[in-house]
Amino acid sequence: MSDTHAQTVPFVRDTMLPAAQPPDNQAGAVRWLRENLFAGPVNSVLTIAGILIIFFLVTHFWDWFAHSVWNASSLSECREIISATWGPDARGACFAVIRERWNQLTFGFYPSELYWRPTMTFGLQMIALAPVLFATALVIRRTVLVITAVVTLAAMIALGSPMIWLVFAAIAFAGGIYASERNVRWLVPVALIYPLAGIWFLWGGSLWTPIFILVGPALGWVAWRILGKRLPGVGMFAAILVTILFWMILAGDAANDAQNLIPMSIESVRSDRFGGFLLSVTIGVAGIALSLPIGIVLALARQSDMFLIKSLSVMFIEFIRGVPLITLLFVASLLLNYFLPPGTTFDIILRVIIMVTIFAAAYMAEVIRGGLAALPRGQYEAADALGLDYWKAQRLIVLPQALKISIPGIVSTFIGMFKDTVLVTFVGLYDPLKSMPDAIRANIEWKGIYWEPFIFVGAIFFIICFAMSRYSMYLERRLQRDHK
Amino acid sequence: MTKSVFLGTVAAATLLAGMGMAQEGSTLAQVKERGELNCGVNTGLVGFAAPDANGNWTGFDVALCRAVAAAVLGDPTKVKFVPTTGQTRFTAVSSGEVDLLARNSTWTYSRDTDLKLDFTGVNYYDGQGFMVSKDLGVTSAKELDGATICIQTGTTTELNLADYFRANQMDYTPVNIDSNAEGEQQYMAGACDAYTTDASGLAATRAAFADPENHIILPEIISKEPLGPAVRHGDNNWGDIVRWTLNALVAAEEYGVTSRNIEELVRSSTNPEVQRLLGTSDELGAMMGLDAEWAKRAILASGNYGEIFAANIGEQTPIGLARGLNAQWTQGGLLYAPPFR
Repeated sequence: MSDTHAQTVPFVRDTMLPAAQPPDNQAGAVRWLRENLFAGPVNSVLTIAGILIIFFLVTHFWDWFAHSVWNASSLSECREIISATWGPDARGACFAVIRERWNQLTFGFYPSELYWRPTMTFGLQMIALAPVLFATALVIRRTVLVITAVVTLAAMIALGSPMIWLVFAAIAFAGGIYASERNVRWLVPVALIYPLAGIWFLWGGSLWTPIFILVGPALGWVAWRILGKRLPGVGMFAAILVTILFWMILAGDAANDAQNLIPMSIESVRSDRFGGFLLSVTIGVAGIALSLPIGIVLALARQSDMFLIKSLSVMFIEFIRGVPLITLLFVASLLLNYFLPPGTTFDIILRVIIMVTIFAAAYMAEVIRGGLAALPRGQYEAADALGLDYWKAQRLIVLPQALKISIPGIVSTFIGMFKDTVLVTFVGLYDPLKSMPDAIRANIEWKGIYWEPFIFVGAIFFIICFAMSRYSMYLERRLQRDHK
Repeated sequence: MTKSVFLGTVAAATLLAGMGMAQEGSTLAQVKERGELNCGVNTGLVGFAAPDANGNWTGFDVALCRAVAAAVLGDPTKVKFVPTTGQTRFTAVSSGEVDLLARNSTWTYSRDTDLKLDFTGVNYYDGQGFMVSKDLGVTSAKELDGATICIQTGTTTELNLADYFRANQMDYTPVNIDSNAEGEQQYMAGACDAYTTDASGLAATRAAFADPENHIILPEIISKEPLGPAVRHGDNNWGDIVRWTLNALVAAEEYGVTSRNIEELVRSSTNPEVQRLLGTSDELGAMMGLDAEWAKRAILASGNYGEIFAANIGEQTPIGLARGLNAQWTQGGLLYAPPFR
């Protein structure tokens, strides 16, 4: 048979050809270019147009960046240096304004000897956030916390923090990292108390005030323990009542008395000293932390079968979404002053935080409602079939899935809200983008400077927002339970 | 959630506390009780109000706030500066957020009557002017027919511009801008032929250019902009205090009382006007509910009117404004303090 075969088939290859190099236009950089930049006439035209635009931008702005001056005490000095170094017709950026005034763009008018306090506040915040943001990934948690600890402590030393607070921060970080290694759930109480601590670190004053604010819920809990077993409804009501009554009647005086007895306070800083990124981040963090839970409640209320709750929620959401944020800020800053009795000092930052929060919460509610609507009907029915009550069904089955679906929308709302914090410029607060640079320009040394603060502030906004966006992508990957 | 509960409580508690304290008192009593003067200022205007690198406010308007604080509270540093924008400034006065507005605001009929403000005098006589590039070859505002003009929106200058061009039967194309910084940028980029704002602002803008010699400020001043401090309608005593503090600064310059020679004059001056002003004879302060040395302290805060002018916007500063209309009436200006008697 083999002979026959040999005669009928003229040639049989018995070895494989050696692997050859792919053709030049199918390999390496050329292939990448063909696939990504020149795949067809439209793509080629777009690529060339893009390259031309980049070329145009670089050639027009390169000299401006290249001739940057970082060491000068005024714009005219910058100009002198530029013309002395690169010739009389040269132009250049005067980033010396950032070097001279970075502290105001960052901290506003916060007392310079206390700059370490906001630094410590936002550094320690990562410990409180660890059980919320990085609950499952130990390695990421460790990396984030260790880096934050090192950076925060270094910054505190650079900003002249007193030794006792340096030690405090070091111990707090060490404790936080230890807890995060052992069991991150230990940090949940820290996360709950940290908002109060953060407010105290930032605004200062007597330590007794936050302590007695905490005593309120503690008393309420006692009331609930005593009454709750026999009369659950009354117990809950009594707990809330006791808490609020304690806050309104006793807490202030008690804090004063305790302060007189055992003084424990740090220098208090008024709200009008806040400015720049400190203001933006404070408003942003408070707004983010508050708007998510409020948004969830609003979204659930809008889905509710109870007419009153549903219609109140719809009215609130639609009203807030129908009004521009600037209007709400004007209401907070101007209109409220007419309604409040004269002489009332209702902190302007608090007013702005409330307005920003309800604004973001209304959008948040709709984003989460989208997630709730996307959930298959079967999930709700399954929860009912298991005999779960409403809250258990929401907590264990519905919300985890709905929130997962909503992550991109939620983070978008956060990013949008954080960027919207610069709108406080219209109510006379010193936001980092407009008011603060304008105040710097109001000094004759820096009058006429324009792009440099924008570039600096824009870069920092980009870093923060990009970090948030990357975190949301990480969270989506982590929570992926695809049934592909 | 802890935070939301806390914030809500703070809000409720503050509200209640406010209602408890609410009292229809005089502004003077409120300021004394607070121990601090709330003074509304510009968020930042060269020479008039600006925070420096340490957050200390300086400027021509700021000096008036300090003088009032010195007169009322005895300490020129007891001022809380409340930065106000063009939109929030008058509401801040009428709602009681500030006791005094010293924010280069033009005294106009409708602001004085309709907005229920009391302008208590003029601390700077300004007027609207034009700046053009020398290359344009224009020497008078009358030649600006058909020009594009950078103009800040929502200000009296915008209305003045329209009035002026209509009255002279000329056309113009406005380029709307939002702030001085943006206006300078547009003007430098050639987006408009002329830039118009108050003459004091033009001078400061021009001084900050890399090539001030290539730009000229046209001689025409097309509007009257008397800038002055404002207080709420209805508290005449407080209005008097602000008015006469400003008058004391002006009178001090007229009588040659400066922050440097004031102590000596208190001891040795024989001029009865000076004696009454400085409280060494008569009891003028008591008539407004202040002590006898109120005017002395106001002058000591940052000097008399002339010293304040020279230190913040005068010819020795980079802004380099001449006294012009803001000279004493004896020097051909408009400053004329009524007699202290």
